Order: sequence, then C-alpha cells, then structure tokens
Amino acid sequence: MDGMITANRLSDGLVVFLDGNGGWTEDFHAGAVLADAAAKAAALATGAASAAANEVVEPYWIDLEPRGGRYVPKALREAIRASGPTTRRDLGKQAQGQAPDFLKIAAAEA
Amino acid sequence: MYRYDEFDAAFVSARVSQFRDQVDRRLTGELTEEQFRPHRLMNGLYLQLHSYMLRVAVPYGTMNSMQLRKLAEIARTYDRGYGHFTTRQNIQYNWPALKDTPDILEALSSVEMHAIQTSGNCIRNVTADHFAGVTADEIADPRPYGEILRQWSSMHPEFTFLPRKFKIAVNGAPHDRAAIQAHDIGLQIVHNEAGELGFIVYVGGGLGRTPFVGKKVRGFLPERDLLSYCEAILRVYNLEGRRDNKYKARIKILLHEKGLEGLTKAVEDEFAALDQDALRLPQSEIERIRAYFALPDLAPRPSESARVTRRRGKDSRFDAFCRTNVTPHRAPGYAIVTVSLKPLGGAPGDASAEQMDAVADLAEDYSQDEIRVSHEQNLILPYVALDDLNAVYDRLASMGLATPNAGLVSDIIACPGLDYCALATARSIPIAQRLAQRFGDGARSREIGPLKIKISGCINACGHHHVGHIGILGLERAGEETYQITLGGSGDETASIGQITGPGFSSETIVDAIDTVIETYMGQRTSAEEGFLQTYRRIGMAPFKEALYERNAGSDI
Repeated sequence: MDGMITANRLSDGLVVFLDGNGGWTEDFHAGAVLADAAAKAAALATGAASAAANEVVEPYWIDLEPRGGRYVPKALREAIRASGPTTRRDLGKQAQGQAPDFLKIAAAEA
Repeated sequence: MYRYDEFDAAFVSARVSQFRDQVDRRLTGELTEEQFRPHRLMNGLYLQLHSYMLRVAVPYGTMNSMQLRKLAEIARTYDRGYGHFTTRQNIQYNWPALKDTPDILEALSSVEMHAIQTSGNCIRNVTADHFAGVTADEIADPRPYGEILRQWSSMHPEFTFLPRKFKIAVNGAPHDRAAIQAHDIGLQIVHNEAGELGFIVYVGGGLGRTPFVGKKVRGFLPERDLLSYCEAILRVYNLEGRRDNKYKARIKILLHEKGLEGLTKAVEDEFAALDQDALRLPQSEIERIRAYFALPDLAPRPSESARVTRRRGKDSRFDAFCRTNVTPHRAPGYAIVTVSLKPLGGAPGDASAEQMDAVADLAEDYSQDEIRVSHEQNLILPYVALDDLNAVYDRLASMGLATPNAGLVSDIIACPGLDYCALATARSIPIAQRLAQRFGDGARSREIGPLKIKISGCINACGHHHVGHIGILGLERAGEETYQITLGGSGDETASIGQITGPGFSSETIVDAIDTVIETYMGQRTSAEEGFLQTYRRIGMAPFKEALYERNAGSDI
C-alpha cells in the first residue's frame, strides 16, 4: 500500500507532509510517496523524532491511491486535510495550488 | 449587560498571562503535547483538521457592538476573515496559529471576553434563551442566573476535572428556546403557587451517541438555592460519574444507571448536607446582577408603524422578512430582529468580518448597542424600533444578512462536519447548502411552514440532529459518506429524541429523501397550521417509512 506521513505543524497547526529529505512540506505534491514497509517504518520514525523535537504534532500514516494519473489520499478526511474545506475553495491548500484536487478528479471520473 | 468588575478583569488578565507562558513553554519544547493539551483545551484551543480552532465564549449569547467589532478584528488579523457561530452561542475561529493565540486572548480580554472553559471536562459556557429579557412571553430574564452560574463555575476548584464536560442552560419563558432538556442541567424559570420565583430543575439531558431528554429532579427550586443545588448535583456527579469510559462519563449515564429516584435522592441528600448559608444567594446580590440586564430606557412608541405597513404592502421580500425574522417585543413599538446567518448556499453560522462589523454598527445605531447569538446559529438585534425596521432590513440585505428564513426549512443547524472537524465522519455543511437551495426561502418554504432541520457530521451530535424535527446524521460506511434520517425530535418544552427512519442515504440521494419526508408531511397534515412535529406525533413513523423505502425506493444503502 502506498502512503505518506502527515502531521500538523506545531506553531500554526497547518497540515504538513513528510518530504524525501526528512523535512515537512505544506504541499501534498511535494510529500514523499512511500511504497513499502521499510520506508514506512523509517518515515514514521522520522516523524516521531520531529514530533519529539516539537516541530509537528501527532504524525501518522495515510493511505494513498492513484487516481487520474496522480496519487491522492484514499480517505475523504485526508483528501480534505490535504486540500481545504470543500465548501470554501478559496481557503486552504486548494487556494494555493497545493491540493491534490480530489474534487476535480472525482468530477472528471463521474 | 454585565460589565466586568475588578475581580473579573484581574482573573481574565491573569489567565492570559498564564496561557502566554504555557504557549511559550510548548513552543520551546519545555512542555510536551500531552502536557500542554489540557492547558490549551481549558482555554478553548483545539487542534482540528486544517489548523488549530479557537472557541470564544459569548456568555448566554449576549454581547455589545464593541465586542462584536473585536471579534471581527480578530477574524481579519489572526484568522481568515470569518468566524463560525455555534450551537453553544459561541464563536469559533478555524485557522488561528498557536503562536498568535495569547495575543488573541489578550485582544478578547480588552473587551471583557475570553475562551475559558469553552472546552475540557469542566462546566462550559452557560447558555440561555436568545430572546431573554425582550420577549413578550417571559417570566423572568434568565441571563442574571447565567451570569451568577458563570461566576460560580469559573475555575471552581472542585469542578475543574469532572468525569466529562458539563453544560447548563437557563430558560425564562414558557416556550423553551434554549433546549434546556438537552443539557446536563436545564433550568426553567417558574413561579410557584405563592408567586415566588424559582426553577424547575432538569438533569441528565444530552445528545451524543446516547441521547436522553433531561429528567425533572425538582419541581420548584427557590431562587436563593440555585448555587447550592447545582453544587449538590455537580458533587454527586463528580464523585459518582464514570471515569473509566469517556462514552459513559456524562451525568445522563449516571442518571440512567442510578435511576431518577436514586439520583434525585443522592442530590437531595447532598443538598441537605451542604452548608446552606455558604452558597445561599443574597437577594441584594441577585438584584445587583439583575440590574445589569434591566430593560434599557426605551422611548415610548406607537405599537404599529405606518411606514412598515406601507412597505410590507408593496415589497414581498420585506414582508416575508417581517413574518419570519421579526418577533414581538415586550415593549410596544419595538421588535426583535433575527439576523439570518443562513443565506441559501452558505455555511450555517458563518459570518465574515465585514458582516460582523455591519451587525455591530446596526446594534449601535438601532438596538441599544446589544447583539445576541442564538443556539440556532443566527444573530439577534433585540431592541429595534418598529419605525427603524425598513432601514435595518436594507442594511442587512446589503450585507447578505436578511434571508427571510428564520424558523423555516432553510434555517438549518449544521455542525462544521468533515470540512473542518477532526472527529467528523461525514460532511454537514454541503448537505445544509443543498437542502437550502432545494427548498429556497420563497413561496415553497413558507408553504412548508416552521420546520427545524438539524445536521450532525458524526455521532457526537454537535448539530443537535436528535432534537431536529428532521435530523440528519452523517456517518462513514465503507469509505463513503452516508446519512441517517431521524424524525420527530424536539428541543423545546415538549422535548423528544428523533427516531431513525431506517437505512441511510448516500450524499447523492439524501436531499431527495428529505424532500420525500417533507412532501409526505404536507400530504398528511390536517391544515397548514399543523406543524411537522404535530403531524408526526399524530401519524407516527409508518407513512414516512413507506414513502422513503417502499414507494420511492430511495434508499441505496
């Protein structure tokens, strides 16, 4: 199962994703897609260390799935976290071009 | 309205300093998240889906224009230009940064506001009838008691770590607009046979995953014993309430397990054993607090306004607004105006900073500088002269705040749901938006008549779906949002918990299903005067079930 590590940044609470360099990014597209158990375990350890260092709060794994040729969070909850409120497209990551834009993908598939 | 004395001001100011220090220690790593969490929760700060969320108390839903302007300023300066008014008569900000929250709390304290005890396992913000003090049918204003309870419960050393949160509501009119029987303690102001003022005391109401209507533990509690009796209830709950399972920790479960007789006896025994003098309310103190809430000096005015009558005759939208959003006032020549935060297609309870400023200006110009927040997520201008209605309406309309739908089908309570909330299992706001767009605020909605639809995005029931005439509960099943319907709920003096119709509906079909419920009601009602609840209580669930699941085959779950 493909996935990614996510958390909320301590200082402002914004949603962040673990990137390939062990840092955090606000942009879902810049997050590291992890494909195997070893990578998942290592990334979770990196996340836990970052939480212990008071950079982020409660890092955890989210499942991803390929849709429309790109990875998107599998759970609606995580898709909304990675995008912003579905009722306010002018707010959150979607307003900054950082979202997986699952709504557009869903609309295209419908 | 109530103004802080030196003790209030010192207390709130000290709390801001304490919280600033706690935030500093968290940001530098001196406190872990686990250590910090109880501190932030006691100051109304949650961590939600997208960001932190700060819940600010509006005690018993009353504030002045200076306070509302400050809320607007905070929305602009520290948030994203808007706030969300809630069923606790509070306001929530959805995007504050942790590092800014001490400054936000300091800004709040400058206008005698705070976020203390808006979260955590303590006595929460006391709520009251949003028409308190101005409604024509009132026995007594509930807000002085709300204020007395607020002072008693703020940082009460014995009740700071209760088994679970604890909510108190006070209502002062025969018609319950504060949903008191859905609270841990519900206080209904009454006169006894001797004409003395006191309370009917309900205990153990609550929604969530195990909904109960409150049970009457006292038919008449003298006014002077308010705090002693509440202390006795809280003490029994604090000692005997379960701490092993958060889902069974509310007082409603204790009542259920002990039985009404058992709990009542325990409370009465505790009450009898208390030092009766220590908490007995001196009449002078009640009067001192009551004076803050006295009806302002309102210039006598004719009980009808010719200019309003003239305009109603030629402006159908204004006429509709007067029918639904204008309520009779206890003072002749005045009216209570409901400012709708339910524009068709909007998020129930949301107000932009500009809208908050506009309402603050209107309150200053036309409503004795006072605003109320209703638990139905609207704002209220409580002292509008009838002759000023035209001007107030025009200014509200120019800000998108004059939707003529108070109490109608599109005046929906909805929790933030999965669009914002970390606990939610499904979205609420989009369902409210689609329902409002389906039924509109025009002729069809008026034909349907008064109707309360309430939507929760999870079993915790923040959207009060259990007490909606029509309730909608959003759940997640196999990765998809699904919506359960309940019918026959009521949060008023005839309180009842809605019954589930049957299998749930998908996001795509839920609006049609509600349409079917409403059409069934309209087909079955004896006249336009028979409300949804009356019809449901007369005919029961069967016709609705048949329409939902047999005739239309609407369910797809």
